[in-house]
Amino acid sequence: MKEKGWKEIPIGGLILEAGNAERYLTGAWRTFRPLVNKEKCNNCLLCWVYCPDACIKVEEGEMKGFYYEHCKGCGICKNVCPFDAIQMIEEFKYQKEQAKAREEEEK
Amino acid sequence: MPSLKELSKKKECLSRGHRLCPGCGAPIIVRQVLMAAEQPVVVACPTGCLEVATTIYPYTAWKVPWIHCAFENVAATLSGVETAYRVLKKQGKIKKDIRFIAFGGDGGTYDIGLQALSGALERGHRMLYVCYDNGAYMNTGIQRSSASPRGAHTTTSPPGKSIPEGKSEARKDLTEIVAAHNIPYVAQASPAYHMDLIKKVQKALAADGPSFINVLSPCPRGWRYPAEKTIEIAKLAVLTGFWPLYEVENGVYRITYKPRKKRPLKEFLEAQGRFRHLLREENKGVVEDLEREIQLKEKMLLARAEEKTN
Amino acid sequence: MARIDAMTGDEVAAEAMRQINPDVVAAYPITPQTEIVQNFSQFVADGRVKTEMVRVESEHSAMSACIGAEAAGARAMTATCANGLALMWEVLYIAASYRLPIVMPVVNRALSGPINIHCDHSDSMGARDSGWIQLYSENCQEVYDNIIQAVRIGEDKEVLLPVMVCFDGFIISHATERVKLLEDDAVKKFVGEFSIEHPLLDIEHPVTYGPLDLFDYYFEHKRQQIEAMEKVPAVIEKVGEEYARLSGRKYGLFESFNLESADLVIVAAGSATGTIKATIEELKNENIDNVGLLKIRAFRPFPYKQIKEILKDKNCIAVMDRSVSFGAMGGPIFLEIRSCLYDVDKKPQVVNYIYGLGGRELSMEHIKKVAVDLAKIKKAGKIENLVSYLGLRE
Repeated sequence: MKEKGWKEIPIGGLILEAGNAERYLTGAWRTFRPLVNKEKCNNCLLCWVYCPDACIKVEEGEMKGFYYEHCKGCGICKNVCPFDAIQMIEEFKYQKEQAKAREEEEK
Repeated sequence: MPSLKELSKKKECLSRGHRLCPGCGAPIIVRQVLMAAEQPVVVACPTGCLEVATTIYPYTAWKVPWIHCAFENVAATLSGVETAYRVLKKQGKIKKDIRFIAFGGDGGTYDIGLQALSGALERGHRMLYVCYDNGAYMNTGIQRSSASPRGAHTTTSPPGKSIPEGKSEARKDLTEIVAAHNIPYVAQASPAYHMDLIKKVQKALAADGPSFINVLSPCPRGWRYPAEKTIEIAKLAVLTGFWPLYEVENGVYRITYKPRKKRPLKEFLEAQGRFRHLLREENKGVVEDLEREIQLKEKMLLARAEEKTN
Repeated sequence: MARIDAMTGDEVAAEAMRQINPDVVAAYPITPQTEIVQNFSQFVADGRVKTEMVRVESEHSAMSACIGAEAAGARAMTATCANGLALMWEVLYIAASYRLPIVMPVVNRALSGPINIHCDHSDSMGARDSGWIQLYSENCQEVYDNIIQAVRIGEDKEVLLPVMVCFDGFIISHATERVKLLEDDAVKKFVGEFSIEHPLLDIEHPVTYGPLDLFDYYFEHKRQQIEAMEKVPAVIEKVGEEYARLSGRKYGLFESFNLESADLVIVAAGSATGTIKATIEELKNENIDNVGLLKIRAFRPFPYKQIKEILKDKNCIAVMDRSVSFGAMGGPIFLEIRSCLYDVDKKPQVVNYIYGLGGRELSMEHIKKVAVDLAKIKKAGKIENLVSYLGLRE
């Protein structure tokens, strides 16, 4: 967010926009990213209840993936999954492979 | 008891984008506590990791009304909020049922915040105080608090040539100190046993008076373990007896989880870098102290749980 | 119909609080404030107020609870003195920075050590940088009038700052004086309903109070507080005029006594101003007519523009301070007065008298000595002693 002057911000140090931290993309912190194998996943939702960052996507009781914009790659989800459905892969490697795949597509 | 599927439909009260460390126990605890609450809540925090990392101006991760005042006074501040609520409700200016929850670290609860906590408990304010106990002043860089376990390596209790043991003092049993205030509900919980924690939160919020839950909050940075093991360690703490899960409801003690097979304390110690020095021969006595402490607590809990009021 | 009664400062403070009828009072006992809260507790017990009391376990918690209550959306008050005020020091700054208009009578008492329960201004002067508005009271009537006006001053939408109403411990707090009181309804109407823009209890619109400011925003938040303080003098005058219409008693930023014709001026705050007024009257009877008093009412914000105008043509000024700022050139009021006269072309001579520390008695003889000193300085055209002590045993 662009830094505002003293006349433009609310008084008293108040923050009026609840939950606006969502604009701060902590996904950039990651060195590992989780990937889920939905065939092994049982939708037990343990990954969801143990994620410090609420980065497990759940819809109608089904685990749908991750909020990668914020996921810090701590690996708790992988650690608690009773079905071994989550893998942590190196983010850097992943980005390289994605870039390569995009290049291949463009050719 | 709501299922995880049902709970997953509730709106998150703590947004993504907070800046607590990857793998931090505190936000796991906050999420579990707030998902257990059925009424709207107002939350207060003292200065500490949780407060600092969730509200770096101009961002806030809190989607509920939230106040931070200073380090030692969250219980006093929330007392003021709760009193205002009672007064305004009496005047008919507020219609809804609101609950008040404080989330304080062990630093702001066991030490500098103990006076305000004791005062609030004695005055009987209807509020839930959740202590996320990570066993040190983590936000300022891992200094010992009275909640740090005996033998813990912290920056103000480092093992050295002259004092090889790390922290010399046994940790304070705050849960028992709070229980001695004779409030309606006191409990100890671990985020690894989420259903137990959620149940306890619901009991606490239903109590017509002060309630307190001490929750073990593993810290990857301060305890020196890989971030992914937070829940594993929170589980080990319970299985080794280091952090028994119990509640005191109107003075009646109940152990809410008895591990089928107790694991040796060594497993808990070996999993964390902050106890590495305890594996040395010269510190054998410290491990024995810790084991004795655990046995005494277990004995006390069993005895109290056995007593039934007539 | 105004009521006349005989009350001590503490009693009349409690009465003002009863009529204001705050939602929450969180307080801790400390001499000589104790009677305020004791009296108020009886009002609560008898159901004469709607107030919920929070009998906190320390002054730090008292101010913290007031902050919680006001942030929640309720009007909160407390009262304290000396080390109680010192104990809540960090929270004073927080209350002001959160822009919560808490009104707090401060019964001026010396700060330890050694421990002393008697009057001086070291407590409130020690808090002068906290961002609170500070008003000083001469007598019991002013205690009553100031507390009621403080609610309107602090809660003014342009201001939104907490207010300290100071009055001398024991000398005013425990002395019975004749006071005129307004009707309950008149006070109720004057102070009005309490409301803040973003209460915590408005759960439909969740807000965050007390975030972490890094170096990129703290300065801006403080600048906002400076701005608010700058709006205060006009509000003090506006509220003073409204109060005058209601009560017949007029209040401004300060009070001038025999000041127009005087060229020798004494500046002071608190109960000493009453003694100075009496001395000036006596001097008049002795045909000494050129001594006047500038009575400080608002110390924060310090009305430097207005005071400069009123003092700039005077010859000599004796500023009396009932507190010390160790290591400074003189006492707190002296520093403010001297500073505000700095760019006057023909500057008055300004000297400082420290008096009354720890409850040390101030007599009319002391004031007469000050008047004599001022006359000497006027004649000699120079100052012998910049800072002197009244009533100190050498």
